[in-house]
Amino acid sequence: MEKKETPPNFLKSIWRFFATVKLTVAVLLSLAVTSVIGTVIPQNQSSAAYIDAFGEKLFRIFGLLNFFDMYHSWWFQLLLILLTVNVIVCSLDRFPVIWKIVSVKNPPFNVRNFRSDAKKQEFVSKKSPNVLRKIYESFIRQKFRYCRVEGTDNGWCLFGEKGRWTRLGAYIVHLSIIFLLFGGLLGSVFGFEGYVNIPEGETVDSIWLNNRQERHQLDFEIRCEDFDVSFYESGAPKEYRSLITIFEEGQPVFKKNIVVNDPIRFKGINIFQSSYGTDAADTATLDITSRKSGLDYIKKVKIGETIELPEGIGMFSLKKYSRNALFRGHDIGESFLGILRPKDGNPIEVILPTRFPGFDKMRKGELIISIRDYDKRYYTGLQVTHDPGVPVVYIGFIIMILGCFVTLFMSHQRICIETIKTEENSRVMVAGTANKNKLGMQQKIKKITENLQDHS
Amino acid sequence: MNSSAILSLTTLVYGLAAFLYIFAWVFKKEIAGRVGTWVAFLGMVGNLAGIILRWIESYQMGIGHAPLSNLYESLVFFAMTITVIYLVVEHKYGNRIIGAFAIPLAFLAIAYASLSPNINDKIQPLIPALKSNWLIAHVVTCFIGYAAFAIAFGVSIMYIIKGGTIREEGVLSRLPDNKVLDELTYQLIMFGFLFLTGGIITGAVWANSAWGRYWGWDPKETWSLITWFVYSTLIHARMMRGWHGKRIAFLSILGFMAVIFTYFGVNLLPGLHSYGAMG
Repeated sequence: MEKKETPPNFLKSIWRFFATVKLTVAVLLSLAVTSVIGTVIPQNQSSAAYIDAFGEKLFRIFGLLNFFDMYHSWWFQLLLILLTVNVIVCSLDRFPVIWKIVSVKNPPFNVRNFRSDAKKQEFVSKKSPNVLRKIYESFIRQKFRYCRVEGTDNGWCLFGEKGRWTRLGAYIVHLSIIFLLFGGLLGSVFGFEGYVNIPEGETVDSIWLNNRQERHQLDFEIRCEDFDVSFYESGAPKEYRSLITIFEEGQPVFKKNIVVNDPIRFKGINIFQSSYGTDAADTATLDITSRKSGLDYIKKVKIGETIELPEGIGMFSLKKYSRNALFRGHDIGESFLGILRPKDGNPIEVILPTRFPGFDKMRKGELIISIRDYDKRYYTGLQVTHDPGVPVVYIGFIIMILGCFVTLFMSHQRICIETIKTEENSRVMVAGTANKNKLGMQQKIKKITENLQDHS
Repeated sequence: MNSSAILSLTTLVYGLAAFLYIFAWVFKKEIAGRVGTWVAFLGMVGNLAGIILRWIESYQMGIGHAPLSNLYESLVFFAMTITVIYLVVEHKYGNRIIGAFAIPLAFLAIAYASLSPNINDKIQPLIPALKSNWLIAHVVTCFIGYAAFAIAFGVSIMYIIKGGTIREEGVLSRLPDNKVLDELTYQLIMFGFLFLTGGIITGAVWANSAWGRYWGWDPKETWSLITWFVYSTLIHARMMRGWHGKRIAFLSILGFMAVIFTYFGVNLLPGLHSYGAMG
């Protein structure tokens, strides 16, 4: 063949390089091997955690190699780009040839090729070729989409085929990969992933972006009306549920209970239940026991408030709430801190752990104070994401499954039946080929032959 | 009889089937192989009955869910899918020697589930993350894929120990024809690949509906992708470069190692799939 324009050798050799399956195999295996790194080294941790785990020296080397965020590193992205270019170039390189084969209107057949097939089947029928022709043609037409019969010198020849288009299967899969990578790119450029913690009853209009100390402004407001967590008898969590209302310009526009696996989707933004916690409590009910009189008093007090203690002992102010208070270096869990001011004497700091009601006895004061009850406020932890690439990726998923099915399980099958008139009867030859699963095709030909024999 | 008792019994039945298949192969006793098929079938029925009963029991406990939610349940399901796929292969290829390399895998899976002290066989309520319609679709597709890869692994081992040569006599000579082994490996891998792809996709769709992202490079996700890369390398090498025999067998073994790590090894690493872990 003569080409008018030959590209420069250098471009040609680059094209050749990207069009090889060797490159595909090399890139796929490199992706497989390097991906292991990020599963062994936890990703996106703090520097301190890494130095702790690996020491200063390895920390620096790993840092230089981007091992701490390797799936977003330049070299991993480069491998992905190589794969994409490889997929595209391979497809473009082979496509014209395959297209020529696939788009043909009248498929060419050569009976000689079938005759020389080592696995061909042969039998003899008592009927004449003309009688057989009708029976066989209608039989083959049921099984193969394309069928034509040609007369020969002393009989006829039937060709049938189906699944010519399945030769495009690999291109369907490759197309899906391009969809996936493009969808991923769309998501990373135009999307975001973040989180926000909202105490019950409060409203936010911005979120924190993951892995970045940056806030992202939303164009609506999210209010957590209520949060509930329920547990199984075993203590394992059963359900996390947040009642969320969306506000636009101060007006509630959408309300929904969200649980794990059932998020809110609002204007392309998804809001997921992801964690929870208890927020600072602001009111506590105190149990006050007097050692002198043995009497019990119950008083409700807000943080920052000061109350008068019974029996004229003095004043008490509740200072703050702490989720995990420390006492002599030990974590004693949720606690309130207060200041006791006796009528005569110095102010004393009092720790009131919610879990240990008898704790204040140790102080050996005139009064024993403990927390009877307190208003705990939950906050809900929401994951907030926006990814315009998702529809593209999902289309990619569908194409990929279809493409895999076509490529792996469907083939271009061709069959040839030749009937030759002998003196008293007909000699029949059946042979077939397939571009994939040749053993399967052989079995199919055997079966068809048996069927034809039964019919004749 | 409760599901645990049935599944323990199933373990014994699979053990017997595995023994019969190996016996039939090593001592050339065809009758043992034929009995082996029936015993394996019985094991499969027991396995299925155990799974269904466990499902019913979970509803009776008021925490009804498909028995596919932890390591114990997945291993039990794995054993059943291996046996089902093997029995289909046996029926199609009319060869029982493959059973000596496939049924022991089913036995190992369910024996590990039943006997390991680290694996909890109690029916547990579903944690919030697993309460989804995607649970069944995701686990079933993944394990059909894994089971096909497991049998492909067994067949590849047969190919390797046979050394890819034609033996005149001895135990190894009774192994199926090299060509059959090679083709069967590839058929199983293609089948497994379709389901692995489906498993990764259902997982991605589920992740997107539960956590708002379809891919997050969590170790289990990443390892399933590594497995996918290995098998797609194999398929490309076969389709485009015509690889056969030993090289395909080695890639198939490598692929199954990746499957095993995706399944068990990842539990040693930090990540979101921890409910598949011991305990």
